[in-house]
Amino acid sequence: MGMLTMTALEAGRLIRERQISAVELTKAALQQIDRLEDKVHSFVTVDDKGALNQAESVQKQVNEGILTNPLAGVPMAVKDNMCTQGLKTTCSSKILSNFVPSYSSVAVSNLQSAGAVILGKSNMDEFAMGSTTETSAFGPTMNPWNLENVPGGSSGGSCTAVASEECFYSLGSDTGGSIRQPSSFCGVTGIKPTYGTVSRYGLIAYASSLDQIGPIAKDVSDCAAILETISSYDVKDSTSIKRNDYDFTSALVDDVKDMKIGIPRDYLTDGLDKEVKEHILKAVEILRERGAIVEEFDLSLVDYAIPAYYIIASAEASSNLSRFDGVKYGYRAKDTADLHQMYKKTRSEGFGSEVKRRIILGSFVLSSGYYEAYYIKALKTKALIKEAFNKAFQKYDMILGPTAPTTAPKLSESLKEPLKMYLGDIYTISVNLCGLPAISVPCGNDSKGLPIGLQLIGDCFKEKNIIRAAFSYEQTRSYKRCKLAQKGGEKHE
Amino acid sequence: MSKQYETVIGLEVHVELATKTKIFCGCSAKFGAVSNTHTCPVCTGMPGSLPVLNKQVVEYAVAVGLACDCDITQYCKFDRKNYFYPDNPQNYQISQLYLPICRNGKVEIEVDGRKKTVGIHEIHMEEDAGKLIHDEWEDCSLIDYNRSGVPLIEIVSEPDMSSAEEVIAYLDKLRLIIQYLGASDCKLQEGSMRADVNLSVREIGAKEFGTRTEMKNLNSFKAISRAIKGERERQIALIEDGKKVIQETRRWDDNKEHSYAMRSKEDAQDYRYFPEPDLMPIYISDEWIARIKAEQPELRTEKQRRYKEEYGIPEYDINIITNAKVLADIFEATIAIINRPKEISNWLMVENMRLLNENHLELEDIHFSPANLAGLIQLIEEGCINRTVAKEIFEEIFKHDIDPRAYVEEKGLNLVNNEGELRSVIERILADNPKSVEDYHSGKTKAMGFLVGQTMKKMKGKADPGIVNKIVMELL
Repeated sequence: MGMLTMTALEAGRLIRERQISAVELTKAALQQIDRLEDKVHSFVTVDDKGALNQAESVQKQVNEGILTNPLAGVPMAVKDNMCTQGLKTTCSSKILSNFVPSYSSVAVSNLQSAGAVILGKSNMDEFAMGSTTETSAFGPTMNPWNLENVPGGSSGGSCTAVASEECFYSLGSDTGGSIRQPSSFCGVTGIKPTYGTVSRYGLIAYASSLDQIGPIAKDVSDCAAILETISSYDVKDSTSIKRNDYDFTSALVDDVKDMKIGIPRDYLTDGLDKEVKEHILKAVEILRERGAIVEEFDLSLVDYAIPAYYIIASAEASSNLSRFDGVKYGYRAKDTADLHQMYKKTRSEGFGSEVKRRIILGSFVLSSGYYEAYYIKALKTKALIKEAFNKAFQKYDMILGPTAPTTAPKLSESLKEPLKMYLGDIYTISVNLCGLPAISVPCGNDSKGLPIGLQLIGDCFKEKNIIRAAFSYEQTRSYKRCKLAQKGGEKHE
Repeated sequence: MSKQYETVIGLEVHVELATKTKIFCGCSAKFGAVSNTHTCPVCTGMPGSLPVLNKQVVEYAVAVGLACDCDITQYCKFDRKNYFYPDNPQNYQISQLYLPICRNGKVEIEVDGRKKTVGIHEIHMEEDAGKLIHDEWEDCSLIDYNRSGVPLIEIVSEPDMSSAEEVIAYLDKLRLIIQYLGASDCKLQEGSMRADVNLSVREIGAKEFGTRTEMKNLNSFKAISRAIKGERERQIALIEDGKKVIQETRRWDDNKEHSYAMRSKEDAQDYRYFPEPDLMPIYISDEWIARIKAEQPELRTEKQRRYKEEYGIPEYDINIITNAKVLADIFEATIAIINRPKEISNWLMVENMRLLNENHLELEDIHFSPANLAGLIQLIEEGCINRTVAKEIFEEIFKHDIDPRAYVEEKGLNLVNNEGELRSVIERILADNPKSVEDYHSGKTKAMGFLVGQTMKKMKGKADPGIVNKIVMELL
């Protein structure tokens, strides 16, 4: 097995022990990218030179004992909606196709000061709007388990890059499931932390009240270590929350005895794929065997989460995306007669159709006469959903269910039926509406060989509960590599 | 005009707050810097940047609200006002619609001895926009984002005013309150105070309001006054002609004394307001309000009362001195050095005002130190200089803030009070003017004045006229 099969923490340990160098690892990852990008298209931008320079300087600092973070020197990928100083940040949109930020997002800076080596910027649904990574202006990303399928979205590139071993870990962002659903489709692990845990400063906003950055990696331990590194209280983000429990790795304990886990009855009925259900129930059995108390319960209002989410998210997006107008940065349409026409043409040409759909929807629900009927009602619904979860957490340490109702669909199937695509977010969306932490861990593959994800949802600030349960579950199985990664790995060995 | 009309006026006043930094970032809020040097990712709307509220803005807004007798909204929020324009880098303005920080206030105004209360509907906090510069020569537009994110409060009055005089009195009242609080310098010309006038007319006795228009671009009290008169006449003329007043926003051109329609209600934009998700709601506790109240400086009415009791200067003086915080500040600082209230107020009201007018300066341009004014008064009291010389020295203090004692020494302006020296000068003058001496002795006492004048002339004004008088009398 090659060095790319290691987890991020294993790689980091070998770097610190000087058994391997950050430069060697970076070169290996860049070779894998070189080999597989044509097939999977995980990246919008690969920064070979920058990565090798970082690797060299990080290795020096590790040798000198300046950098001690367990992730120091480990090559990784950043979703292309997080600003990286001097490195193009596009949100996979034509309108930002030439945008080079003058500053880095806080999550990225936190990683960089820990010694992360950034290989490049990973592909995503345009402005994180989509569940397939097909709405990217630079073409879709393919699922490494089957190149005819989508990797999920919107952090599809970040998940594919990890699954195909083009990097050891990555950052994603999750507004309605954008870390967890592609993690599930790609057979990797991803965490969406409690809202306010990771600074949003420098994350190009889709829906401000729902967006949260989180880690994607091969296993729970890596995710906990990454989350520990990127989390911080940030005065530049007014929604950032001061916590004193960023030591998420302390929850990597193999013990679920007496943990109370609830499964919403509605999460196992309509629309749930039979094979997905079987695997979820198998995982439940394992947790029970290990001492967890698992039972079904009625979580109310499950059906209202999707409409409430699409109203709130679209409303915020319609405003957040208005700054992209061709005036200050990014794409500007040519040959326009006046300001109004410049705005119109720039935005018509610069945005893709899914983004336009949500801007129009969001503008509509905020317009006078409709604001009360849609936006205010959605906010009320959100509050009621939050109450339902609060009630559940009085009884349970966490909520369990599938991450997505199906495994990865075929390419170009989803965008034909956007409403159906939106319904695929049913299990992930409430988590964002309520600001909760959740994790998706692989729990097997269906008969087509596509991965299935198990989702554990915790109460606010209770990442440690879900990390511990996911870690314990993970101990009962081994990480499954996709064939593409294996082949890629063999070639350069 | 057969019918009688009354004017109904409400004001929207924007005031730029005197904070060191902008409302949502750490950039300097200072006026007049080189274009785009007071900018950062936040105030230029860069992707991924986030606003962080400047606490001082809340404190100033609360202070103004308390001084205007407002209810403070203890749980208040910011909202986004969405509209596209290049001076607005995010294409939304962070403002307050649903829960403004202050509501239900009032201020007292006085016009021609009649008192009136003007209601304050609300005061809300918001960010200013950048500045567009249209370069006709190059046929392009440039943007300066230095002003983008400078904190503003908007004070919205009830439609309680009915004349230009009342509007001016109201604005003056607001200006004084805000200046005294130190929340803004409130300069209309520089745009740190801006007023939009909402005006309608109706027949006297009518219950319903007429259709109102909103007038913008009013850069001085005079312009406001002219615009109000102009708009009243325009609306009455329309009504008299049987035409309708259209609800619209109009732009006043003070050079042409005429207004132009900017946009009507029909094409008014839908701002799609919604709560700003990047900022947390603000909770203003009772303790916080109490602290702001406790730290609130003395306002004009309190000062007026105190001046009367403590200094006993005339009401006329009090009104002039307290009409600008700068004057009151100099007055008090000078008193702290030399306790001569009336003498100080005289200098400030007479010579100071004359020099301001002659040099076309504003009160804010006064830059002399109270210590030097106090020094000048000290010199007069010591009998070192006379009033004529004192005026000359005051002008130097006003212009160059000189130390009067050093100046007197340097220029040799000390009064010659050495009687021996004076006596010999006067003896010579009497000898040179025998005719006058004779006139005096023959009963023409006016001659004495001439002889004193001759002495002062000879002494180049540096003699104490009292002593000169005494010696002349003796020698005669």
